[in-house]
Order: sequence, then C-alpha cells, then structure tokens
Amino acid sequence: MNLMMLLEMAAEGMGDRVAVVSGDVRLTYGELFEASGRAAARLRASELDHLAILDTSSPALPVAVFAAAWAGKPFVPLNYRLTGDELDRLLEQILPGQLITDADRVDSLAGRSGLEVIGRGDYLASARAKDAESLEREWSMDPDEIAILLFTSGTTGPPKAAVIRHKHLVSYILMSVEFMSADENDAALVCVPPYHIAGMAAIASSVYAGRRIVQLPNFTPEAWLELARKEQVTNAFVVPTMLARIVELLEGEGSADLPHLRALSYGGGKMPQSVIERALELFPETNFANAYGLTETSSTISILGPEDHRAAIVSDDPKVRRRLVSVGQPLPAIEVEIRDDEGNALGANERGEIYVRGEQVSGEYLGKGSQVQEDGFFPTRDGGSLDEDGYLFIEGRIDDIIVRGGENISPGEIEDVLLKHEAIADAAVVGLPDEQWGEKVVAAVVYKAGDSASEAELQQWVKDRLRSSRTPESFDFWPELPYNETGKLLRRTVRSRLMAG
Amino acid sequence: MAVLKAGTRLKSSVCSTEVMVVAAPKDDVEVTCGGAPLAELGADTPDGGSIAEGAAEGTQIGKRYVNEAGDLEILCTKPGEGSLGVGGALLTVKGAKPLPSSD
Repeated sequence: MNLMMLLEMAAEGMGDRVAVVSGDVRLTYGELFEASGRAAARLRASELDHLAILDTSSPALPVAVFAAAWAGKPFVPLNYRLTGDELDRLLEQILPGQLITDADRVDSLAGRSGLEVIGRGDYLASARAKDAESLEREWSMDPDEIAILLFTSGTTGPPKAAVIRHKHLVSYILMSVEFMSADENDAALVCVPPYHIAGMAAIASSVYAGRRIVQLPNFTPEAWLELARKEQVTNAFVVPTMLARIVELLEGEGSADLPHLRALSYGGGKMPQSVIERALELFPETNFANAYGLTETSSTISILGPEDHRAAIVSDDPKVRRRLVSVGQPLPAIEVEIRDDEGNALGANERGEIYVRGEQVSGEYLGKGSQVQEDGFFPTRDGGSLDEDGYLFIEGRIDDIIVRGGENISPGEIEDVLLKHEAIADAAVVGLPDEQWGEKVVAAVVYKAGDSASEAELQQWVKDRLRSSRTPESFDFWPELPYNETGKLLRRTVRSRLMAG
Repeated sequence: MAVLKAGTRLKSSVCSTEVMVVAAPKDDVEVTCGGAPLAELGADTPDGGSIAEGAAEGTQIGKRYVNEAGDLEILCTKPGEGSLGVGGALLTVKGAKPLPSSD
C-alpha cells in the first residue's frame, strides 16, 4: 500500500496516456513514472529527510509527489502565500530537506543550513533528462510510512501538521476509484493549491483512474472557463468561492458553454444555496457532486451525488429539498456517527459532533500522535447531524459554537436563515464576550448589489424563524466577508473586526 | 498456507501476475495463480513452472478478484497468463460500483 503502486500500475496499464498538462508541457504516465524515478534517486542520494514544495501547481508537483513516495520520504506541500516568520517556522520543521520552489524564491531561500533549494524548472529538467543511469525499481511498500505532511493554517501557536500515511491515501483511492475507469479523452481541471488535501487527492485519483490532469496554477473565473474549453475538460473540482465567482461571471455571458464538462464537484467549505441553485441552471448537462472531507481523513468521506442534486432541486418536500445543502451520504467504506459532548451516540436529526471511522482516516498530527479513539472513531471537531435517511449536514466547527447563557448556539444555523433574506448576499455570525451572558450573538452581513435591510428588519427576520436567543444583538454591514484562498471563512478575523467595532 | 494481510504484495510463480491483498479472511488461506501458490513479491521463484490447465484465463490489471465467500479480495497490479484461485476454485472479477468523482 504505497502511492507508488498507483503510478506503477498507471505506467504499466496506460503508459502512453497523457497524465498531466500544464501550459505547453505534457507528461505521459510513462514519462511521469521515469521522471519520478530520477527525482527519487536524487532525493535518496541527498540523504535529506523531506521533500517539500513551495510553489503553485506545475508539472514538477506530481513528479515530486511520487519521487517522495519512491524514495520513502514524506512529501510536504507548503502554502506559497506565506512569507517571513510564518514561512521560517514551517521550513524549520522540514529540515533536513529538499525544497522545490519558483525561480524567484530560489536565491532568497538558498544558503540555509540543511535545506537544498531547487528551482521548479531545474527540478523538472533534471527529472526528465534521459541520460541518467537506469532506474532503481525499488521502493518501500511499508503502508505505515508517511506519504504527506500537510500543515494546517492555524495562526496561533506552533504550526500543526496532519500526518497522512500511505495506507490512508491508498485506501481512499482503492475504495473510491476504479483503475483506468476514465476514458482516454477525460480530463480533470485542478485549480486547488498543492497544500490543500483536495489537490493531493486529485493527483492520486486522476492517476489511478487514468484521467489527464489539467493544471490551473492561479484561479480566475475567466482562466478557468478558457482552460476548460481549450482542454475539453470533463471533470473539475472547485471550492465554493470559486464556483460563486464562475457563476457571477456567467451571469454576464449567458451560458456556461462547456459541453464536455460532465462532472463538477465542490467542497472545502460551505456552499451558499443560491450559488448552487444558479450553477445547476447554468450547467444543465453537468453532474454535480458535493464532497465533504478533512485533511485528517485523506479527503472525501461523504458525497452528495448528481442524482441527489436533481431530486432535491425538483422536490416540493422540504426534507428532500434541504438535502441540497447537505454533504450527502458517507462513502461505503466510511462510518459516520453523531455524538454528544460525553461521546454518546445521538439519533436522527440531533446535532452533535461528527465522528468518523474508516481505513482512510488518519486523525494524526505530527508530534501529537493519533487522535483516533480506541473504538476506531476520529472526532472531527465538526458539528453536524444525520437525517433519517443518513444524509449528513455540517454545522461548522465545534470550536465556533457560541455559548450564550449556557446555551449552545451554532452560527451556521443563524447564517442559513440570514442567507434566505432577499437582501443578503453573505453572512457571518460569531460570539463576542458579554458580561451578562458570557457570549453574545453578533452578525456581519453583506448586501446583494443594490439591496439593503435595516438591523431591526433582520432581527425580526431571525426572530420569526429561530428561538429568540439566536437573534443577533447587532449587525455590521460590510462590502465583503474575509475568506482564505481556499474559501474558508476567517471567523477569527470577523470576530476581531467586530470587537474593534 | 499463510494468514494474508491487507496491503501485502504477492506475485505468481508461473506467470507475470502481481497482486496486492485488499481484504483477507482471518484464517490461513493459500491463493494460487496458474495453479501454483503465490510468492512474496521480492522472493526468488524457481524457473520452469507452468500454468496448470483450467487456470490459464489470465489476470487483468486493476481488476479486483474475489472468492465465493466474499472475504478475500485481491487487486491485480500487473497482468499475466494465469488465473487466480483459492482452494481449487477460481476467483471471479468483482463488479465495479462507480462513485461520483469527487476530486
């Protein structure tokens, strides 16, 4: 159980198919395999412990992922937006290590002790140079070796890295993808950054399915549409903010005009219902899938599939229609339970913490060990509920729950209600310190263009639909909410801005 | 005979087939290919073995092979001329249940 097995099979079974397209560069599975082997030989010879990449997507990325697996070293994709102290703290964690980065950064990072810095272009060129000696076709098959270390985006305390071992990622692939199930012409447009688990999963699943990876290093809705048309892309994954921007752009253009796009999946954050409803209209021929997963679960653990989307959009039954904002049902190899604060299992439609069990679940952090419990379940720290048919609804992070006068209030519940108001484009609800109640409920909202609503009107809107303790005491009206580049709402930023008044 | 573990990689001793164990029963089990027991992937296998009659339908890369009881699942990672079997019966190809692509 090693990622290398996936590439070995792809090279053996479909060596001449194109594996990756990036600008003008194309690599077949056979070429990817050989390039990874040469890069692995270089990594082994260096006797360094990690292979890190600090860069946007490029053909060097899949080469490096498999080179690390081949050489038996952890692969560490770093957030290329980081600079200064934040970056230094991460680099300290990968010493001694090999670091691939863009040409502009090579000089500024070179010369550090224990770090071999290689420019992306040089790395790829030497991996593709055919003069090297024959490949050493030996790699570790130890399923317990670390495949990937993914640093989480925490801004307080030391950086925390999720540990994903080969057995986790390979189990995920074997359970969810059939080998060579893609058609020869299938292509997946990958626009999530390498340091997002979906970016890593996309490489592994595309290689095993035999689906050509088309890389888009810097997302804009214009570039996404252009590349999807040019490469006749059949599959794509986007985070909610990306889909929102694509939908917004298409409002001006009319139709999506992507006849080849069969499947569009989304995940990595909460999708506003208005965006997905509009997307379903703009892409009538496309199958939509909503994927939910965590870094610690090697990507997807639950999917709302195309049939579920269609059933929900045409249904008059509120229970079925509501499923459009669920993340569907757990994968066949995954068990999900909702538990209360004491760890007791809860029933249908009861809100609690999402626990998950399965071969792909790592639940481990570097230096802290596995957080998987004795019964095999991993507490995700995500709140949620399962309906009577097993559809999973996500309520946001447990740590974001507002405790007002001893009552637990989920911000997502209030945000959902606010988003149904016709004047509201986006909403964030947080708890701020309060002398009387411990915490008070406060909201920041964004109007739709040309619309507005008064604070009193919005308070009444929430009061009419939820218990009175849920009504925000005050509203701030902002031009936009702060999100990170992969579409996660930065609640800490919302909170500190609201505190500052 | 040996207890197989998920993740273990084995090869045929009479053809080019290579496999990985996906799921295995708790008890000892002897999986064959071309009628001869599978060997550890790194092990030396004697030359000159031949594929037994009735076990020569071949293996296909990427296919999963299962026994009748459903507690043994073997993934073919490299194809060959022999057929996989256990206890004298050939393993059959497991039907794929496609999931929507999510990444």
